Amino acid sequence: MWGKLSWAAIPLDQPIPLVASGVVIAVVVSVLALVVLKGWFPYLWREWITSVDHKRIGIMYIVLAMVMLLRGFSDAIMMRSQQALAFQSEGYLPPEHYDQIFSAHGTLMIFFVAMPFVIGLMNFVVPLQLGVRDVAFPTLNSVGFWLTATGALLVNISLLVGEFARTGWLPFPPLSELTYSPGVGVDYYLWALEISGIGTLVAAINLVTTVLKLHAPGMTYMRMPMFCWTTLASNLLIVAAFPILTATLTMLVLDRYLGFHFFTNEAGGNMMMFVNLIWAWGHPEVYILVLPAFGVFSEVVSTFSGKPLFGYRSMVAATMVICILSFTVWLHHFFTMGAGADVNAIFGILSMIIAVPTGVKVFNWLFTMYGGRIVYATPMLWSIGFMVTFVIGGMTGVLLAVPPVDFVLHNSLFLVAHFHNVIIGGVLFGAFAGYTYWFPKAFGFRLHEGLGKASFWCWITGFYVAFMPLYVLGLMGMTRRMQHYDVAAWHPWLVIAAGGAAIILLGIGLQIAQLVVSIRRRHELRDETGDPWNGRSLEWATSSPPPVFNFAVLPRIEGEEAYWGMKERASKDVILGPEPSYRDIEMPRNSATGFVCAFFATIMGFSLIWHIWWLVGVAIVGAYATFVVFAWRDRDEYVILAESVARIDRANRRARRVMLGERELVS
Amino acid sequence: MRIACRLSPLALLVLTACEPAVLDPLGPVGGAEKSILIDSLAIMLAIVLPTIAATLAFAWWFRASNRRAAYLPDWAFSGRIELVVWSIPTLVVMLLGGVAWIGSHELDPPRPLASPAPTFEVQVVSLDWKWLFIYPSQGVASVNRLVIPAGAPIRFTLTSASVMNAFFIPQLGSMIYTMNGMQTQLYLQSDTPGTFRGLSSHFSGDGFADMHFDVRAVPAERFDSWVDAARDKGPTLDVETYTALARQSTNVAPYTFRATEPGLFQQIVMQKLPPGPGPEKGRPTPDVSPRTGT
Repeated sequence: MWGKLSWAAIPLDQPIPLVASGVVIAVVVSVLALVVLKGWFPYLWREWITSVDHKRIGIMYIVLAMVMLLRGFSDAIMMRSQQALAFQSEGYLPPEHYDQIFSAHGTLMIFFVAMPFVIGLMNFVVPLQLGVRDVAFPTLNSVGFWLTATGALLVNISLLVGEFARTGWLPFPPLSELTYSPGVGVDYYLWALEISGIGTLVAAINLVTTVLKLHAPGMTYMRMPMFCWTTLASNLLIVAAFPILTATLTMLVLDRYLGFHFFTNEAGGNMMMFVNLIWAWGHPEVYILVLPAFGVFSEVVSTFSGKPLFGYRSMVAATMVICILSFTVWLHHFFTMGAGADVNAIFGILSMIIAVPTGVKVFNWLFTMYGGRIVYATPMLWSIGFMVTFVIGGMTGVLLAVPPVDFVLHNSLFLVAHFHNVIIGGVLFGAFAGYTYWFPKAFGFRLHEGLGKASFWCWITGFYVAFMPLYVLGLMGMTRRMQHYDVAAWHPWLVIAAGGAAIILLGIGLQIAQLVVSIRRRHELRDETGDPWNGRSLEWATSSPPPVFNFAVLPRIEGEEAYWGMKERASKDVILGPEPSYRDIEMPRNSATGFVCAFFATIMGFSLIWHIWWLVGVAIVGAYATFVVFAWRDRDEYVILAESVARIDRANRRARRVMLGERELVS
Repeated sequence: MRIACRLSPLALLVLTACEPAVLDPLGPVGGAEKSILIDSLAIMLAIVLPTIAATLAFAWWFRASNRRAAYLPDWAFSGRIELVVWSIPTLVVMLLGGVAWIGSHELDPPRPLASPAPTFEVQVVSLDWKWLFIYPSQGVASVNRLVIPAGAPIRFTLTSASVMNAFFIPQLGSMIYTMNGMQTQLYLQSDTPGTFRGLSSHFSGDGFADMHFDVRAVPAERFDSWVDAARDKGPTLDVETYTALARQSTNVAPYTFRATEPGLFQQIVMQKLPPGPGPEKGRPTPDVSPRTGT
């Protein structure tokens, strides 16, 4: 009846996962109880869970990312403390647990922290920057988000029921094949990523279509803000790369479930094919993550320097060059497989070439600051921290792209230090910069500056203390994923690295405090005008938070930096021009399709993992029925009357006129 | 490694904390790789350090409160600067690309080392979770201890009995993957006698942390006496003992085989001997959560 599932699947003998999941369950139950008792559930259902508003979906993506960051970071703390303790001892985590932790850490941080964070920012910001009312496929957008949440949920269920993969964040066969990993861990990994991968793919199809097809009048490609360009590049990469991931994991699923031999040792299987395919997705993936972060930095550096982005066209070119080149470098992840000198050299050189457009970007941010009036708000601190840190990470990356150097540093902690250097210093700093930069737009009040700055300093200090020792350890021959070791010289460096993780923990604590304090003091931090940073692009032209329809009247774009241009013209006339004529606006109706689909997908994934075949059938039928019901709908839009639009917009225009008037008086 | 130790801000704490490895090579492969590493790093630091300095300098000088700094609110393009910012990384990459091209060819793992001394053969099998070294010419084998003659090029032929691993001796240089049903090749040499560390540098499952081995590079005559001693004791490596060895085990103390069945390595590579079995125990069963620890 229940396949492999039984009460014995719950690790009653292991206190750590038991206590951890106990705490998680307690938190979830108390939050649910609060929601139900306070009567918030109808509001949540109506305004959030079934919402197809790109802003709401973007915010939910980021909430998911932040919650998963806490889980992924707990794993990081456990790894660092285990390695700090495990000198000539077993530490406190046995191998079967430690191996799950580093696998879960990587999987969560990439797929359920970095990805939803950048997709959330893109979802929230891009339609506003393009001056449009919504994304191209609002309901599909909701489906994409909820399928991502399904993946995250499955990974977290594995904490309590069964086990997670013990194969690393990329499950290289034959270790991940049934012979060597007969447990349910790899199956959790596979189904979580199959389901969330589809979610990511539809999110990207939606965003590519939005950037290509939806623009306010006059918003030509070469007038789009840089963030829209990096969104386009990143999502083109997702559309091209994620099917590779899905197909590769499907082949592994077939091996494990139906006795195929794509990657097995026996019967003609070839693990090298898996390694090639997974990196053909995996290398574009790092650019999928970092390109939107580059976009955030472009917006932030320009805004807080009070200048347009330097070399805009050059930046667009660099972005698109990175987009293409990122598909030509995957082999540098396995120079040590013995592919031969020519192959290694060519991929080494291609990997270096991708550093050229990246270098150009760094220089252009540098010259954006030149001649500026730099305001040190928190997003700008993250950006400068990024520029310094990322250059170091880029350098060690190019170093690893030299095949003979990789022959001695591959898989070492030097490599681990390198990719954390670019992913924390690049993607995460970018995500945090974007979070503080656009928070007032999303919620109508700013985040507390002092706590934000304190958190930044903890993060950047903690990062250096945690990861510079790892570079040294790599040069001392320490390889990654060691549950214990007996080399005395490694020990002090690992203790320092654990100290760094503790400083980062403090930074995360300050970020939580920042959020709580900001919510409590939201009245004094309120953003009345919708333009708290003296912004330059269209998202600042509407109120904070924006109305559901974003813009009462679609703005007319007459140059680069659309909103800056409007402000300059408006300043000259002191007033905002005559009131436009308001019209009725049609907006898409909310839909439970995404949530219901994800509900069935969760059941399907879980029962596939545990071989509960009848339940798989039920879930597939349920998901299909949901799709049919959605396809059968008669009304998919509702109308907001012109009077309501006018009422909402007039309030914003009043506040804005006051702001512009004040600015005129000052200058 | 000495450099890193000296540079460390915690010099006192870590002064003793230096494990000789990649930066203390003992052979020609590791030596060449170390110099490529340092040269490449130097080339890149030449532009990375000024970039970091410029970032901090611009960020400081152009702060909003500094009224002496020029404000150029519309300055957003300069063809000359664009030319320079595209050229600098391009030139660096051209230089480094040359280093990578030449280095990849000269240090390609299967490329024989030029040496007057005759090349010495070792066959390497990675098992769950120990290393088997077969000496085909001597007819002996060793588990978790690699003894080699110093001063002679060693030709390693490598495969895996089960999952992927990487064979790595940091002080000698290049690592290479081991894969079941395939063989890879690697030439290394230790110029001086000594004892150092070898390890698997590709995660291979629960017993991975113990998958390291001693490397003893000894003078030629001492090597011969080690072979003689090995021939006197230990079991024989044949299909039966190999099959037993291929089962999962951790933390295996080094021992030697007095004799080896000829062609055993080829039988493993050609999969005439089946790949090693996986875990046998589990909680509650191996197909839910396998357990391999003791």
